[in-house]
Amino acid sequence: MEAVSNFLASDLFYRFRKSPVAVLAFIVTAVLVLSALFAPLIAPQNPFDPGSLNLMNGFSLPGEPNQFTGEIFMFGTDDQGRDVFSTILYGLRISLFVGFSAVIFAMVLGSVLGLIAGYTGGRTDTIIMRIADIQLTFPAILVALLIFGIAKGITPPSYRDEVAIWVLILAIGLSDWVQFARVVRGATLVERNKEYVQAAKLIGRKPMAIMLKHILPNTLGPVLVIATISLALAIIAEATLSFLGVGAPPTQPSLGTLIRIGQGFLFSGEYWILLYPALTLLALALSVNLLGDWLRDALNPKLK
Amino acid sequence: MLAYVIRRVFQSIFVLLMVGLVAFSMFRFVGDPVENLLGQERTQADIERVRDQLGLNDPFPVQYVKFLGNALQGNLGVSYRQGRPVSEIIAERAPATLELAGVSALFAVVFGVGLGVFTAIRRDGFVANFIMTTSLIGVSLPTFLIGILLIYVFAVELGWLPSFGRGETVKIGGWSTGFLTESGLKAIILPAITLGLYQMTLIMRLVRSEMLEVLRTDYIKFARARGLSTRAINFGHALKNTLVPVITVTGLQIGSIIAFAIITETVFQWPGVGLLFINAIQFVDIPVMAAYLMLISVMFVLINLIVDLLYFVIDPRLSADASSRGH
Repeated sequence: MEAVSNFLASDLFYRFRKSPVAVLAFIVTAVLVLSALFAPLIAPQNPFDPGSLNLMNGFSLPGEPNQFTGEIFMFGTDDQGRDVFSTILYGLRISLFVGFSAVIFAMVLGSVLGLIAGYTGGRTDTIIMRIADIQLTFPAILVALLIFGIAKGITPPSYRDEVAIWVLILAIGLSDWVQFARVVRGATLVERNKEYVQAAKLIGRKPMAIMLKHILPNTLGPVLVIATISLALAIIAEATLSFLGVGAPPTQPSLGTLIRIGQGFLFSGEYWILLYPALTLLALALSVNLLGDWLRDALNPKLK
Repeated sequence: MLAYVIRRVFQSIFVLLMVGLVAFSMFRFVGDPVENLLGQERTQADIERVRDQLGLNDPFPVQYVKFLGNALQGNLGVSYRQGRPVSEIIAERAPATLELAGVSALFAVVFGVGLGVFTAIRRDGFVANFIMTTSLIGVSLPTFLIGILLIYVFAVELGWLPSFGRGETVKIGGWSTGFLTESGLKAIILPAITLGLYQMTLIMRLVRSEMLEVLRTDYIKFARARGLSTRAINFGHALKNTLVPVITVTGLQIGSIIAFAIITETVFQWPGVGLLFINAIQFVDIPVMAAYLMLISVMFVLINLIVDLLYFVIDPRLSADASSRGH
């Protein structure tokens, strides 16, 4: 309870309340995340249960009723009579799951490597940061594509669809750790010379404990900012990979897969199969991006 | 200066060797090359013969050096899927990607600089503000959505431009060009805009902020006082002095344009190297993947190296700095 009231009284929350863009972006993000979480409860049908589909409902326009139950298809249906609204909810789940997992993976990996590089210095530091520099010369999407390709080559064909989501998380996460490593290393270099670290060393704490319990908490502000911006990038990266046909498989479509499928109907005039997933992706990426931008400005002491 | 150049060149070679190692490991450890070359009905003797032919029985470093030697001679292996040398396939596809990247870069520079100058001169104007706001939205849109949007408007609704492929091409020597036919020229418009839009925005914003800075300087005031025409001041004095960062950024972006061509080529089914790479990933065609990786790395490393060295040539302050610090 105290934590909540502390937060409500905090500077950060005050700045949040005063920024209409941030509040709006937060509401859109929250609605999308919640509807993804509760997709099985909200969705009118389970789009991946063949029993709930009926070909007679194929290509219903947005707002047209189900021919059997009279339910309204808010966003229309695809060629197999799948409710587009339901597929979006389930697709949002995959997109957000991959996005969050990839960012958490990149955050843990990058922070740990950054901590080690900054705290130990010397040769370890050079090796880690040189690898980071090399990776940074290539666009993240290219790195992710490559990791995806290699992982696909290693897994036996019969498992590929099953592990596709995890490979996707691995590929996006590995393409994104550098940002975290750089920031944490920079902060660690500053913190390690401060008195509290010297004191901890003097009383004989182990380097591991100093890094994790003393230095890491003091680097969390910038890490949080990067994580939010990375989330938007990871969601777009996932959508792009799935759109290219090398990401989420059609059995577990993410928003990108849905857009890929929808593009096929663009010429025959069934615009809604493409339009609504695309708008959802846009709303999600844009609002997370705006939140990240706001957070960066809010936590930047220079702008206060 | 010389020490810096040498160190920088060594770094680049090191990066390329590392990338070569990754590419080589892909060949060697992802999937079994022997299995990919021989059919179902193979004998142990066949396997041994092929292993020997491919040099798979040599020690690892020997294999790696041989692999690099082959790659340097343009021998990039045989595609598992098409059964033809990878270098041949890539040479066939390269003109499409290079033409697309070239037109995109041209589009990005011409419109980026033009709009940048415009928004800087009329910086409080309605149109300039409108351009700046739209550019922000444009940057946050994923590339493939922009492509689909353009297809929808110009190919489906208006029917002005084709939505996929290169149109008719003309072969000149080994190079197939789409520039000489009407359908080829029409076909390149939408993909080039899709691919160049992000870079255009980047250049526009850069030119605008540089221009705004330069326009505040004393020599511009002096030029005004001398009674030079506004046009001469804006283009002859201000724009000229913003070009150094613009050239470097454009140079660095050429690599990204070719990498992001993967997405644009998929949206527009443009028969270039990027589409080849995506298909290679889908069908786990390792030699094509490895070759693409090496080609694009060589390009990225070269571009980075050239831009870094150009800094010294263009900006005399840098080399003065370096020598005074004793580097």
